[in-house]
Amino acid sequence: MLSRHADSLYWLARYVERAENTARLLEAATRLSATPIIADGGRNEWEMAVDGTGTLDLFHQQHAEATQRTVVDYLAFSLANPSSIRSCLDIARANARSVRTALTMDMWETINSGWMETRGVNSPNLTRQELSDFLSRVKELSLRFDGSAYRTMLRNDAYYFLRLGTFIERADFTARVLALKADVLDPSRPSLGGSADYFQWSWILRSVSALTSYHWVYRDNLKPNLVAEFLILKAEMPRSLVYCYENITLNLDSLSRDYGRQGVSQRKARMLLSQLQDTTLPGLFAIGLKEFLERFIFDNDSLGNTIAEQYLG
Amino acid sequence: MPAFDEMHGFGQGVRPAYRTIQAWLDSSDPENLKRLQKEAEFLFRRIGITFAVYGDAEAEERIIPFDIVPRVLTGSEWTMLSKGLTQRVTALNRFLADVYGAGDIIRAGIVPSDLVYQNSAFRPEMVGLKLPHDVYVQIAGIDVIRTDDKDFYVLEDNARTPSGVSYMLENRDVQMRLFPDLFADTRIQPVDNYPDELLTSLRSLAPASAPAEPTVVLMTPGPLNSAYYEHSFLADKLGVELVEGRDLYVLDEVVYMRTTRGPKRVDVIYRRIDDDFLDPLVFRPDSVLGIPGLISAYRAGNVTLANAVGTGVADDKAIYTYMPEIVRFYLGEEPILKNVPTWRCREPDCLRYVLDHLPELVVKEVQGSGGYGMLVGPKSTKEQIETFRARLLADPDGFIAQPTLALSTSPTFVGDGIAPRHIDLRPFVLTGADKVRIVPGGLTRVALKDGSLVVNSSQGGGTKDTWIIDDPADDASPTSSSQSQLQSGS
Repeated sequence: MLSRHADSLYWLARYVERAENTARLLEAATRLSATPIIADGGRNEWEMAVDGTGTLDLFHQQHAEATQRTVVDYLAFSLANPSSIRSCLDIARANARSVRTALTMDMWETINSGWMETRGVNSPNLTRQELSDFLSRVKELSLRFDGSAYRTMLRNDAYYFLRLGTFIERADFTARVLALKADVLDPSRPSLGGSADYFQWSWILRSVSALTSYHWVYRDNLKPNLVAEFLILKAEMPRSLVYCYENITLNLDSLSRDYGRQGVSQRKARMLLSQLQDTTLPGLFAIGLKEFLERFIFDNDSLGNTIAEQYLG
Repeated sequence: MPAFDEMHGFGQGVRPAYRTIQAWLDSSDPENLKRLQKEAEFLFRRIGITFAVYGDAEAEERIIPFDIVPRVLTGSEWTMLSKGLTQRVTALNRFLADVYGAGDIIRAGIVPSDLVYQNSAFRPEMVGLKLPHDVYVQIAGIDVIRTDDKDFYVLEDNARTPSGVSYMLENRDVQMRLFPDLFADTRIQPVDNYPDELLTSLRSLAPASAPAEPTVVLMTPGPLNSAYYEHSFLADKLGVELVEGRDLYVLDEVVYMRTTRGPKRVDVIYRRIDDDFLDPLVFRPDSVLGIPGLISAYRAGNVTLANAVGTGVADDKAIYTYMPEIVRFYLGEEPILKNVPTWRCREPDCLRYVLDHLPELVVKEVQGSGGYGMLVGPKSTKEQIETFRARLLADPDGFIAQPTLALSTSPTFVGDGIAPRHIDLRPFVLTGADKVRIVPGGLTRVALKDGSLVVNSSQGGGTKDTWIIDDPADDASPTSSSQSQLQSGS
């Protein structure tokens, strides 16, 4: 396929995934803002949501204070934020339009109608209900896009590039949310007291939609070390780093099998996957959770660049 | 005089071809039709069948309104029409091969040499170049109109990059989706084999140096182009890559595309981009849409362009006036399709006549297209006419004039019911190595404004599904079963 099309597909998937992730962050923040606990070095839940997207500096250039109003505007609607939901969907649709031929009708209709439905919503003074409806629609767009890709796309390079985009973006997001809260996940850290710990840990799980599944896997209360294990090492958890890398490796291997040629991307991905698989929970905390995650975010990013050099240039 | 109506003729009852439509309209609740008209619009938007209007930033993406009442032609009308189209396009191709070759028609004194050689669409790069099977216009869109039930007139030949075929295909799809019952008792010639026919034609004209399985691509200026939807739609249906100039490059006079597996040779380019932008080394140097070196590969016979470079010299409105002579000269036949009588303003007698009769005439730019820059005398104010007169006097060679024709009308759904609106028809004519192929039907365009004669989408025109049906037996009336089905469906 055309390199330009592969590039557009890869980024299309990344932006759809990013829009969904940002929607989940906003949902988690809305929820947390309805509880009385604020105990994170004076930072409120809205600022945490911005930090989860890794763009806190940009936010503070545009807004003095993190309130529901400023953060919802910045994360959901602002065109001055290149990763806002609105920006993500605009770019996703533009990309989809430029690779119209590589998408199935169902995928294109999902993106196009989702984009049309959400572009009208644009008030900085949304009610909670309106915000919640908007976020639901964004998640629905992503779910339908994913589902229609899964159900209607040919299993060829176009599909593999799309999936690579999804999992690189997802791994990045899970790692960032965890890194943000690495300190509260350290088991040696003294308790914040009351239910404060619970709200911090559940915020992490909610941001990646993993609270219910946590209970199913561990059948236990929230424990900080298990939260970390769940989102990093559990292969059955579809947002965990291991799961993302199993899929990245799988799709890169399918690509090299179809093309009859291996490259740097394949080797790099396999190395990262085996590092993750060899990691144990005690090992993780011995290295330091924060250091581990920062290293991972860097490696993941660099794999993205390697894929671009190898295929998308 | 009232215009000929496709459904009612000149008022002597419903024409047999329209009996099904009549029964359907009679049995349909107007409110229901209104709802379905809205739904059609929604479908087009969701599918993304949009076009951009240049200079209209507000409406970056618009849809061309779809009218829910089909336009019907009978099998015998179509047989005559398609013969005429084949004849006309064959003559166009012969003309192009001639003017870029021996120039017989000019030496015979039939077409003035300055009209050809000084035409801005004439491309000296094409002189002496031998194209596969001498086909220049692989895809033509011929705009035809009628003023009664006998004759078809060609209004315009489009031999560059005619658009609209995606609407022909999508209109049928949407019509069937919204009105399944309407199709229960009528057999309509299918149009959905158009992409197959197009691909067959294009592949048959691959250069001799191409492999047995030539690679075809569709080249678009990009997502900002007004017809981008159509480009992506066609590439998808053809199963070929939709490329932009930056995806292609030329090495040793061969064209390649950049793919995830490395370079891949390209043999046929169905280009939807004007000559001027094809190759910055030969044409406009500021074009970033094209491919440097493309024309050298073309001249080396390593790539086929569809349509060929320089076909604009044949669909010019000044050349148009010579089409009957052109048909006779190359084919030795009488033209089946008529030309609209035309005054060439470059000729002093004609110019004088045109200036004296501006309020009655339609005056068009020789180079114009898309309904821009024309004067429709009877629909214009005194001031508009005087402004146009000044333009005409400044450059008489740039204009032709035609009588204001009473384009036929067809029942059309307007805000508050069914009313007659003027229509035309653009069939798409494909020329391959072996023969000419025409999918039965075409794009019917309709002027939605009451009384308007301009059907172009950029000027507020809409489109209709176009049916070619078997000739109805003259004494047949709608059967009771078909009526009851229609009623139950509404």
